[in-house]
Formats: sequence, structure tokens, C-alpha cells
Amino acid sequence: MNGFPGFALRRTVGTLATLLAISVVVYVVFYVTPGNVAQITCGPRCSPVQVQQVADQLRLDDPLYTRYWHFLQGLVIGQDYSTGASVQHCPAPCLGLSYQSDQQVTELILAKLPVSLSLVSGAMVMWLILGVGTGVLSAWRRGRLSERVLTGITLAGVATPVFVIGLVLMIVICGELELLPFPQYVNLTDDPEQWAWNLLLPWLSLALVEAAAFARLTRASMLETLAEDHIRTFRAYGVGERSVIGRHALRGAFAPVIALNANTVGSAVGGAVLTETLFGLPGVGRELVHAVDVVDLPVVVGTVLVIGFFVVIANAVADVLYAVADRRVVLT
Amino acid sequence: MSLVEVRDLSVGFGGLRAVDGLSFSLAKGAALALVGESGSGKSTVASALLGLHRGTGARVGGSVEVAGVDVQRASDDELRRLRGARAAMVFQDPLSSLDPYYAIGDQIAEVYRVHNRVSRRAARARAVGVLDRVGIQDAGRRSRSRPHEFSGGMRQRALIAMALACEPDLLIADEPTTALDVTVQAQILDLLHVLREETGTGLLLVTHDVGVAAGNADEILVMRHGRMVEQGPVADVLGGPAQPYTRQLLGAVPRVDVPRTGDLRVDAPRGVTPGVDSGPAPGSAPGPAPGPAGGATSAGSVPGGSVPGGSVSRGSVPADVVLEAVGLRREFGRGKHAFAAVDDVSLTVRRGETLGIVGESGSGKTTLGRMLVGLLEPTAGRILPGGGVRPDVQMVFQDPVSSLNPRRTVGESVADPLRARGTGTRPFGRSPERTGEEARIRGRVRELLERVGLEGAHYDRYPHEFSGGQRQRVGIARALAADPRVIVCDEPVSALDVTTQAQVVALLDELRRELGLALVFVAHDLAVVRQVSDHVAVMRRGRIVEYGPTDEVYGAPQDPYTRQLLAAVPALDPAVAAARRATRRAARREPAAM
Amino acid sequence: MSDVLIASRAPGADLSVPGASGARQFWRRLRAQRAALVAAGAVAALVLVALAAPLLTAVEGQDPTTYHPDLVDSARGGVPVGPFGGAGGEHWLGVEPQTGRDLFARLVYGARVSLGVALAATVVQIVIGVAVGVAAALGTHWADQLLSRFTDVIVAMPLMIMSLALLAIVPSSFPRPVLVALVIGLIAWGNIAKIVRAQTLTLKGLDHVAAARLSGWGGWRIARRELLPGLAAPVITYAAILVPQNITVEAALSFLGVGVKPPTPSWGQMLTAADVWYQAAPQYLLLPAGALFVTVLALTVLGDGVRTALDPRAASRLRVGTGRRREAASEGSGGTDPEGPGGAEPEGPGGAERPGGAERGGAV
Repeated sequence: MNGFPGFALRRTVGTLATLLAISVVVYVVFYVTPGNVAQITCGPRCSPVQVQQVADQLRLDDPLYTRYWHFLQGLVIGQDYSTGASVQHCPAPCLGLSYQSDQQVTELILAKLPVSLSLVSGAMVMWLILGVGTGVLSAWRRGRLSERVLTGITLAGVATPVFVIGLVLMIVICGELELLPFPQYVNLTDDPEQWAWNLLLPWLSLALVEAAAFARLTRASMLETLAEDHIRTFRAYGVGERSVIGRHALRGAFAPVIALNANTVGSAVGGAVLTETLFGLPGVGRELVHAVDVVDLPVVVGTVLVIGFFVVIANAVADVLYAVADRRVVLT
Repeated sequence: MSLVEVRDLSVGFGGLRAVDGLSFSLAKGAALALVGESGSGKSTVASALLGLHRGTGARVGGSVEVAGVDVQRASDDELRRLRGARAAMVFQDPLSSLDPYYAIGDQIAEVYRVHNRVSRRAARARAVGVLDRVGIQDAGRRSRSRPHEFSGGMRQRALIAMALACEPDLLIADEPTTALDVTVQAQILDLLHVLREETGTGLLLVTHDVGVAAGNADEILVMRHGRMVEQGPVADVLGGPAQPYTRQLLGAVPRVDVPRTGDLRVDAPRGVTPGVDSGPAPGSAPGPAPGPAGGATSAGSVPGGSVPGGSVSRGSVPADVVLEAVGLRREFGRGKHAFAAVDDVSLTVRRGETLGIVGESGSGKTTLGRMLVGLLEPTAGRILPGGGVRPDVQMVFQDPVSSLNPRRTVGESVADPLRARGTGTRPFGRSPERTGEEARIRGRVRELLERVGLEGAHYDRYPHEFSGGQRQRVGIARALAADPRVIVCDEPVSALDVTTQAQVVALLDELRRELGLALVFVAHDLAVVRQVSDHVAVMRRGRIVEYGPTDEVYGAPQDPYTRQLLAAVPALDPAVAAARRATRRAARREPAAM
Repeated sequence: MSDVLIASRAPGADLSVPGASGARQFWRRLRAQRAALVAAGAVAALVLVALAAPLLTAVEGQDPTTYHPDLVDSARGGVPVGPFGGAGGEHWLGVEPQTGRDLFARLVYGARVSLGVALAATVVQIVIGVAVGVAAALGTHWADQLLSRFTDVIVAMPLMIMSLALLAIVPSSFPRPVLVALVIGLIAWGNIAKIVRAQTLTLKGLDHVAAARLSGWGGWRIARRELLPGLAAPVITYAAILVPQNITVEAALSFLGVGVKPPTPSWGQMLTAADVWYQAAPQYLLLPAGALFVTVLALTVLGDGVRTALDPRAASRLRVGTGRRREAASEGSGGTDPEGPGGAEPEGPGGAERPGGAERGGAV
């Protein structure tokens, strides 16, 4: 595969540029809002003196690009904050200080990150297995009753919002049937079994909706591949239907599925926010909702940047995988 | 017992009867060509031989027996054992006919393992063996490549290798060379020929190209609308066709070895209604306005006799130059990927003359054409007169589907140049009266439509209501509406059937003579170019390798590439075809780039 | 390609619809799909309910904001008094727990908010997406680079997260439903811009556009006549995907308490507290959840139908975009040299391009 290293390099540079662009957009959007930014950042109970302190730290008197540069410096090399008399150092990926909770945003998010990562990665495994499996099955059984039933189920899945599925699952499984306890997050390192057991329901709620989208895509791509000329070739050479579908048609669905997965990670973090809120899991998403509620600006900006970071990385990884999966793609 | 026995075969899709009561047989080791224009049902027959219509909803009647298997009655398993093992198919488009995701060697091995109980390794070795057999160099390494890493000719070789893998008794080749350049086509056909000589495989060749059939089959079966028109030994059918349709078909095939005649009118009368109203004649090249169209097109008239503004027959004094290109160069891509599609091309187009530009794909001929009309800016060089989009140089496009806006009536499309000019003064030669302008534009468009053999009432129809040939006529009318001095025709007939093709070519030639137009005729088909051109330029890799009067270039080609091209053209006469094959075989010292 | 063949299959071969015969064909193809027809009926009914909300509640004699403390049992934490959550002739579907507001009125007014916000957001998305996509496709190389990279950044931003965050900082004086629609619209136009850009590039490479240039028309007229009508089909198709997606996002935001805020009713917002009450007043959970489900389902099925009706082949082309292939063809060797003579199909299998969000339903 010629030029693959070059392609990977270009993608990496592109990813970094995208991350930078996102940080600019986010910074500009949130720190150039109407109203007193220092007051908003500090919180409603701050005294004028404290507000002035915050304004100094954010360098609100400087021009915008200087302020952004300052912010970027914090991200890359860290910076010092003086709160009143004491000075605290905020190390390298410094996302600022939450004046309302008097905590460093980076620490705050790092503490919640394992929960969200557990949730999304587990759900991803589920939606890929469920979705692709259902898709393959309905392409295999095309034209029969079982396909119509599967199509109906996936359509219903696509049409149900995450929080509705989550609500219903929680009420039915935890509340009525009492098959599972109401989820309580347990650290993976503390007790892997309890970790998985407690996350089962959140995983399922998050995965079901996404799985439906995958099932639709897998089915559509396989049917599309089945209509292509090369399938006709193998049929004309006596290759059996099992091999035609399992080997050739499925291979054609690979690349679209990878591409959709990248898209899905973006929407799944949105779903994760809902799932965490619904099940009371202490993840980044719930932190964001809380920060939005109390208008804790540094935390909002920090979580948005961190989540954006993960989504962009996921996209980049998918891009590379996609290029490997679809050898026909011209590397640009 | 014959290898293939087809009795009263009919295949229907929905309301359409694609094949209707066809019978033929093919002896072991013999070669039969199914020839017909598109829609004749020839490919459907090929599919029916392998029972590929099973389960598609098509209605198949009659009986088909291939290598002793009754295809209609065979079980799915029996059919699977027939396919590939006893009868193998070579498809038209080699790129889409191979799985893009797997290595070519693996695909051949997969097919081989379906029919033979052997290990993976043995199947792989077999794949390399057959790839080597079909002339793929370094077969072991190349067998690990995916189809897109192969050139078109190599892909077709790989498909043939797949067909050979199980040593079938019958090869079914469905338009095996249609997607290929003429030199590559010759190589593939020669390969099939050699393989057949060596293995004694029977061949069913499905093709639209009578020339391909002539050189590669013993018998020929001409099809039309799903029925047989005529069948017999190649020499008999082509030498003395019994049926009118066969005669018409053969008459329409352009010959590369016959010098251009004065008149290209096709025998079969078309619905060309001469403009009878007393309005001004189409176009207004300087000089006296020609009379109604009918006068200038009557069959048998002296070549160039009624061309306004003087004679333009070959060999006459150079007429005035209407378009000149000097040192044209066009690059595509940036940086490392930059390459020159056209490189240092100079040419001259004279009034009333046709310049043919011929070349294989990738030769830069389309890029050159687009630069001549101003759709592409040259990277270097200049075009005289003027620059940018020039209204006096118009274009007729290749693709009859995409060249007309599907959402506008054809009349509106044809009227575009008239409206864009604002007043439409020039075509009428009198001052515009604003009130009557719309009516005049419509009237003028009607005239143009009638002039190209359509009806004035077609103004309000949409493109999808027309056939490919009719759409090309609309395209020609649109080009004429701008009242051009030069029309660049970019493969104007390559998407058309051979009879339609002949009609459109005749129309273009007729208009040239009648209106004193200059034509630039860009095409890959050497025979068509010979039929229409006064001068011809042969292009290869962006450069003109040979340029001169048509008969000189075709009669005594100087450049080796031109000679190679001409030797590759399929001949209608089987004897000539055999002779050319011998020439090619002798000339195959230099390994041709495929 | 024979004349007969072209004539008989040309309609399907057209890139897409509108045009005099196109619209009729669209309706014919849409009507042929029973599921899409049922879905269209459901959507029409929902729109009607949303429009007639004041009328319907007037007939019932209630309104969505009046508290009825007498109808809830404050001793039991605010459970509606009476069987079936207080449903009856007065309150058709019962009342809300704690506040005692009329559930039917809140539901039909919720439809207003839901559909209104989603449609408005879709309009914003389409306007921005089409403008950016067309500008990128027709602009200079650098304009295209700039706009495309910006679009990439926009696509990379997770919609829910960005809108959540944005809704936090906007002053609360701004009318909330308008705000939600604007925020969704301003964030999620990336995919439509990408699709429009690819389609415009495809159209730009078609010969009839070249012919229009040769006719001597100016750029604006060519864009309006030859390009924009060709964008209608993909834009309509994608809009049909966006509407249910936007409904889900609005409901999710309101569910989290940052979207539409009380007293304005919204389905998502009604579900916020529903898990607490599901035993005492199940309809408080089931009604808004069911309304959401039916709406999104109907819109999704309708969207599928529209896509199929607009052009069965373009439906797949939307994902397998021909854009890149066209680019490659025209920038590659000798322009659009033909593959060969005769009946050579101009359509190849094309290099598959990454599908945009086109296949996604309203998953949030």
C-alpha cells in the first residue's frame, strides 16, 4: 500500500489542526459572550473583589488573541493561578480553575473520565455486535418474514430516543422485574464483575439505539454489494450463496460500518450524557449537565474540549481504519 | 452431440420480451458469435446459458442444454457444478466483475476450490499457473494484487484466467473487449484465439461489433429485438447478407480501409424533414445563405458541390483558417502529482473542413477538445482567435444523457445560445423587435430541431422522452443555435449503436457542407474518423504523433504507433482479419504496454 | 445503447427529479409505498394537532399552564386524585402529578414545540448547509479548502454537547424554543454542507453545464438554472432525515432541563420526572414517550419513502457519493475520455466514499 505513512502523517496533522480549530471556536464562543464574563465565571455569589481577580486571571483587558494564547499556553505548558494570597499551580493540560467549586477543571474531569469511558466503550462493543449481526441476518434472510420482523424492530429502535429506552428499561428491569439493581458505578479496578453488572443496563440503553442504525446500514450496504457485478461473477462460477454473502457481500459492508462508527461515537457521547443523567452515573456528561445548570463556565468549556478531543481522535482512527478497509479509496 | 443446444428460448422481464423464440446449437470446439445492437437480447442469451436468470423473476421458456446439462431442469447443485467448471463466462467490465477487496489470485483460487477438492495452497498455485498462462508477467507476485492495481487489459486477462481455471468446455465471452482500447482489444482477442487453438474450448462470443465477430468466430448469428435475423458461417453472412437488417447493419459499420466517400448518407431514409417554410435557412455563415436543407443533401450530389463559400474538397487550395492552436499544453494536478494531459499540440482548422483527432483513452484528446472550445484554460500555448469561452466555437458532447439538463425542455436548451445573446439579431440578420422576440426564438428553435431531423413540436418535450440518437441531434441543434464557425464533436457517437451512429455522423457531415462549418471530430474509433475527416491527427500521451491528410495517414502511416493502431482494428472480412492477426503476431517482438 | 433502451429507462437514469414530469413521478413513486403513505398520514395528523392545539384545548376547556392543586393529593406527594391519573370528562388524559396541569393540553402544545423547533432548526441547517456547500464547490481552490476544513470542524463537534454548553451561557431572557432551534441549526449543518458540496461538484462536471457555459450565460444564471434544481433531491432527502433527528435532540435537551423550560410544555421535559411517577400515574410517562416514538417513527419512515421516491438509485448514491469519482475523472488523465465504444455503461461501481450521516436516523 503505497504512501500509507504519508497518509497517516497527513491525517495526524489534520487532526491536530482540527483540535486547534475546535479550541478556538469553543474559546471564542464561550469567552466572548454578552454579559460580564468574569462575573459568570466566578459565579453569582462572588464579591466584586473576587470578580476583579478572575478578570485579571482571564486577562479580560487584553485583546482576544492574547487571551486565547494565554489559554492555549495553559493547555500546553500549564500555568499558575493566584487565589487571594495563595498561588496554585495548574499542570500541563490546564483547563483552568472552577471558581465555584474551587477545583482545577482538569482534575475534576479526570476523576469522572473512567466512568464515561467505561460506558461508551462497553456500549460500542454492544452496538457493533448487535447492529452488524442484525444487519447480516436480515440481508441473509432477505425477502422472508424474519427479515421483515428484524426491519420493523430496527426501525422502532431508530425511532426511540436514548432516554426513553433507558427509562423504560430501568423501570421494567430494575423497578418491576427486579432483575438488576439500580445501577451504581463501581470502579473496574475495584470489582470487575460488579463494574460490568452495574453498567449492563446503561450499556444496553445506549447501544440499542445505535445498534439499530448499524443494522440498517449493514443491511443496506450488503444489499447494495449484492447488486454489484462482481457478485454476479461469483454466482456465474458456481460459488455458493453462503460464500457470496458471508465473504463478498459482508466485505463490502466493512468500510461503511467503520465510517458510521466514527459518526456514532460523536452522537453516542451525547447519548452518554443522557444515560449518565438518567442512571445517576458520575461521569463527565453528568458533570457537564451540572456545570450547565450552575453556569460554571470553566467546567463547561473544559468538558466540551475534552469530549471534542475524544471524538476527533475517534474520527481520525476511523479514517485510518477506513483507508485500510477500503483499499479502493484514493489516499488524499 | 453438440456442446450447446438452445431450442425456442424466450426470456421475459416484466412486460418486456428480451429474447423471443431463439434456437441455435454450437458444436464442440466451435465458435459462434451473437451479434446485435443493444436491446437485441444477446447478453440475455449468454446469461440464460448458465441459468443466471433463476430466482430473478425472469420468465424463461424453451430448452437450454449446455455440456449435457439441461439448464432449465437442473437442480441448483447441478447448475452450480456446470457454472465455471464446464461453462465459464468472461464478463464485459473487468473492473466491476472482480471483487475489489480480494487479491486476484485468491479470487481465482476460490472459484477453483468450489469445483475441485484441493488444498488452499494447491488452488493458489493453480491460480498463479493460469495467470501465467494468460500472459501476466511475474504471475506469482501479481496474483497478490487487487483488481484496481491492474490495468484494464490485465484485468480482462485475469478474468479469462479465472474462466480457464477449471478447464471448461465452453467459454462464454460477453462483450469481452468493449471497455478496452483498440490495441488492448486486439491483444485480448488474440489471446482468446490462441487459447482456443490450444485447448479446443468452444466459444460463444457476444458482441455488438461485427468486426470483432468476423475475426473470432466461425459462425455468426445476428439478433434483433430478441429474435434471430440471420445465421450462418461468418464469410457467408458478412459476404452476402440475405436479410435487409443485416445489410443495413453492415452498411452502417464504418470501414477503416475504405477511403472517404463524398456522401455519408445512410441508405435507410431517416425522418429528416427538410425545412420547408420560407424562413431564413439555419446558420448564416458568411456568403450567400444556402437554400432549404433538402437541396444540399440530396444523395449523390457532387462532393462539396453545394457548399456555400467555395469548394472544400480534399486537395483544394487551403480555405481560410477559423481556428488555430499553437503549442497547447495542459497540466492537471499539483506538485508531485502534476502531469501534462496535453503537451505541445499545434493544429489548424479550416473553414468547411473536418479535422479528426484520434487516440486511445488517456491520450489527451478530450482535454484538447475542451481547450479548443474554451471550457478548459490551457496551461501554456494559445488559441487563435481570442481566448476564454468562444461563442463561435461550439461543442457536441459524448454522453447523450448528461449533456442535456433533465429538468428543462429540449427547446429551452436549444434556445439558450439565442437567449444568451440577448436579442438574437445575428441569426436573423435584421433588427430585433422586442415584442416578437420570444416568438422568433421559438420559431428559430423549431427550425433547428427540424433541421437535425426532429420535429418542431418536440420543443416542449423533456430529454428523457428521447432516445440516445435523438438526444445527440438535440445537442447538435443547440450547437448550431449559437451560429458557430467551428463545432468540436467530442466522441459524438461512441455511446450510440452502429446504425444510429452512422445517421448522426451523416447529419454532421451534411451540416458541415451545407453551412460551411469546420468540424473537429474527436474519437477513439479509427474507422469513424476516417469516414468524416479531411485531415487527421493521431494522439498518444498528450502529443500528436502523426498529422496529415486522412488518406495519407491511413494509407501510408509513418509513425509506428499509428501502424500499431491500424493493425489492431477488427476487420469485417475474415481473411483480412486473419492477415492482420498474423501481422500482429509477427510484430509482437516488442512487449506492448498493457 | 439502443434508442429503445435509453428511452425506456431514461427516467430512472436522470440524476433526480423536479421538472414538470419529475414532480408527478415523485408522487407516483411515493404513493406506491404503503408504509410511507401511512407515515405521511400520521405526520399530517400530528401537524394538524400541533396547529390546532389552541382549538383542541378550548374544546376540552383546559389550558396547559393552569395549576390544579385540588386535583393532586399533596399528602401523598402530589399524586393525581382519582383513577387513571385523574382522567375523565374534565381532563381527558388526566393531570400532571404535583402541579395538576392538564396532561392533554400539555401534550398537544408539546407537539407544537416539538415540531416547530425541529422544523425551524432544519430550515436553519439547510440554509447554512446549502450556502456553505455551494460556495465551497463553486469557489476558488482556497475558498473550498477553507470552507471544507471549517465544515470538518463543525462535523467533529458533538451536537448534544455543544448545544448543551451553548444553552448554558445564553441569557435566559431569550425566547427558549427559538433559542433551541437556533442552537441546533447553527451546530448541525456540517453533513448537509458536505453532501451539497459533493453533489454540486458532480453537477458542475456534467456536460449540460458545460453546454450552458458555451451558450454564453453568466455564472449566476448557470448556477440557478443548471445547478440549484439538481440539489433539490439530495437536500429534500437529507432534510427528511434531519427533522426526526432534531426532534430527538430537542426532547433530549429539554429532558436534561436545558432546552425548553417550564411553563412552556415539551415532551422531553415532561419525561424528566416521569420515572418517579410511573407507578402512580403511568400515563405521565407513556403519553409523552409514546408521542415522541410515534412522531420520530413516522418521520423516519416518511423520510425513507421520500428517499426511495426521489430516486431509487440516488438514494444509494447519496452515500456512495459520485463526487470524488467525478473529481478524479476530470482531474485525471485525458479528462473524460470514454472507456470504450458501443454499449459501455458509463456507470462504474465508483470509489466508495465515506458515508455521511445520511444513513443515521434520529439517534441521540
